[in-house]
Amino acid sequence: MSQVAQGKGRIGFIAGFLVLPLALYLTFVIWPYIQTFGYSFTNWSGQSPTFDFVGLDNYAALMKDEVFRGALWHNLLLLVFVPTVTILLALFFAFMVNAGGRSGAGGVRGVWGSSVYKIVYFFPQVLSLAILAVLFGAVYRSDEGGLLNGFLTKLGLVDPVHPVEWLNQPDLALWCLLLVVVWHGVGFYLVLFSAAMQSVPKDIYEAALLDGAGRAQTFLKVTLPLLWDSVQTSAVYLGIAAMDMFVLVSTMTSGQFGGGPDHHSEVMATVLMRNFLYFGKSGYACAMGVVMLVLTMILSIVTLRATRRERIEF
Amino acid sequence: MTTESTVIKAPGEASAERSGGSGRAKDGAKPASDGTVLNVFSHGFLAVWAMLIVLPLIWLALGSFKTDSQIGGSALSWPSNWHFDAFSRAWDKGIGDYFAHTLIVMVFSVPLTMLLGSMAAYVLARYPFPGNRLFYYFFVSGAMFPVFLALVPLFFMVKRLDMLNTYQGLILVYVAYSMPFTVFFMHSFFRTLPTAVHEAAVIDGASDTRIFFQVMLPMAKPGLISVGIFNVLGQWNQYILPSVLMQPQTGSDPERYMLTQGLIQLQYQMGYETDLPVLFAGVTIAMIPMLVVYLSFQRQIQAGLTSATLK
Repeated sequence: MSQVAQGKGRIGFIAGFLVLPLALYLTFVIWPYIQTFGYSFTNWSGQSPTFDFVGLDNYAALMKDEVFRGALWHNLLLLVFVPTVTILLALFFAFMVNAGGRSGAGGVRGVWGSSVYKIVYFFPQVLSLAILAVLFGAVYRSDEGGLLNGFLTKLGLVDPVHPVEWLNQPDLALWCLLLVVVWHGVGFYLVLFSAAMQSVPKDIYEAALLDGAGRAQTFLKVTLPLLWDSVQTSAVYLGIAAMDMFVLVSTMTSGQFGGGPDHHSEVMATVLMRNFLYFGKSGYACAMGVVMLVLTMILSIVTLRATRRERIEF
Repeated sequence: MTTESTVIKAPGEASAERSGGSGRAKDGAKPASDGTVLNVFSHGFLAVWAMLIVLPLIWLALGSFKTDSQIGGSALSWPSNWHFDAFSRAWDKGIGDYFAHTLIVMVFSVPLTMLLGSMAAYVLARYPFPGNRLFYYFFVSGAMFPVFLALVPLFFMVKRLDMLNTYQGLILVYVAYSMPFTVFFMHSFFRTLPTAVHEAAVIDGASDTRIFFQVMLPMAKPGLISVGIFNVLGQWNQYILPSVLMQPQTGSDPERYMLTQGLIQLQYQMGYETDLPVLFAGVTIAMIPMLVVYLSFQRQIQAGLTSATLK
């Protein structure tokens, strides 16, 4: 750290630079975070200025709340499938793009056109989730006007008189949303893994090639272990995204703040918002926020621990 | 720790290297023969996924030129007329306003985020004082918590300040929620800047404030650009915060929806009015600036977001 910067008489400068950022951050981030814990022990409606301390009643009620328990289960399902599917696809594509094409003289390199693929795949990442919601709302339309139904009808796989009710089908809705998340995420993680792959020295690949390693072997024995840090980070990020899901569920599925049909696509965030803005149960909603925090923390720690391996330096 | 400049350069170098050696050698070493078959496969998968990305977007844009009954009737029909009136109707239905609202907020929130975030990061990175680490972790820890944890009290905090459904309210909230990441990123950036420049400036008699604004901040430009892009994308695409904070509070309160909120609003509205071409045109209008920005800065965006996540 800079030695020049040391010395007295700079307290004013330091304080002056910190006061505004700190004030904003305390007011709008930290203080609300802390308040949530307090409110979660009250029966506050949000409307009236008065409320009672009810201890752990909200948490006890949460345990019995069928809708919330269903939502929790859906979040856990997404938590397993969103990272797994996205990471596997992204790894596969990243490997193809970076090391898929190979030839005797050039060693290992990406397939032809790989930079174009990287540009195209990444594009969903810059679109807002609201745009995705409208787009896939149209793709999943339950009549022949939906892209998916229209396409499947053309192929003769779907009866035009009874098209698939993608988002209205209780056992399909959640998986339809999962596909949107994967569609959105693969490109980003492809680029992320590509950056990690490119930082691996070429001679490691060349050595593997000389030893007669095939593509699968190169991937499993060389690429994957060297990428493990990135895979781990991605799992945590995707896990956090799977815990949220608010925008897609609330805008694409039926019901107040989404979650339909009949709570089959409900996630914790939509239940929270409904209780807060629609039922006016602010204290109860705060308890859900706390549960979401605890689960997110557990998720991050478990992912990082479970996937811990010896770090490979190169 | 890698410095930002090398991170940004890396993809460019790599692609240049690749295109430089694009002529595939055909001197048939052992793996090349089975490689050909696999290449066809891998190209197939890659091309299919590229189609899955591009086709829905083109299909949506084409929908803006169709009639409503055409959209409902068959997904694969070609637009029968090429009029642009759905676009102008979408603009009148509020897309123009939503755009303007979002721009007003971002014109203030992004520079303010960068300024305040850099100031805090700079002091924490280069001025040792008691509690320095504590402040740093305090700032950065905010990135770990889900926004839903804060949502209920945040709403009432903004309400108490009488800033619900105001631009200044949303601006301040955006700045506050962008702080953890901005401080985190700029902190590591300021640490890598050389001390010698700072010393020279001190000898020339520049004050701390002046050194920051005239020496350090210009030197941190690559870092500022990366964080800037990240903040622009993040705040432009934000949906949860505006949908809680930007709702008309009384009958006479004008609506100041952000673009994301407005699109969802349009979706509900057009569902009732059965004018889907307007909805598709609205989404297309919202998509085009992002497409243009992305294609112009795709290298920086990819490098910025990647290095941001990996750090």
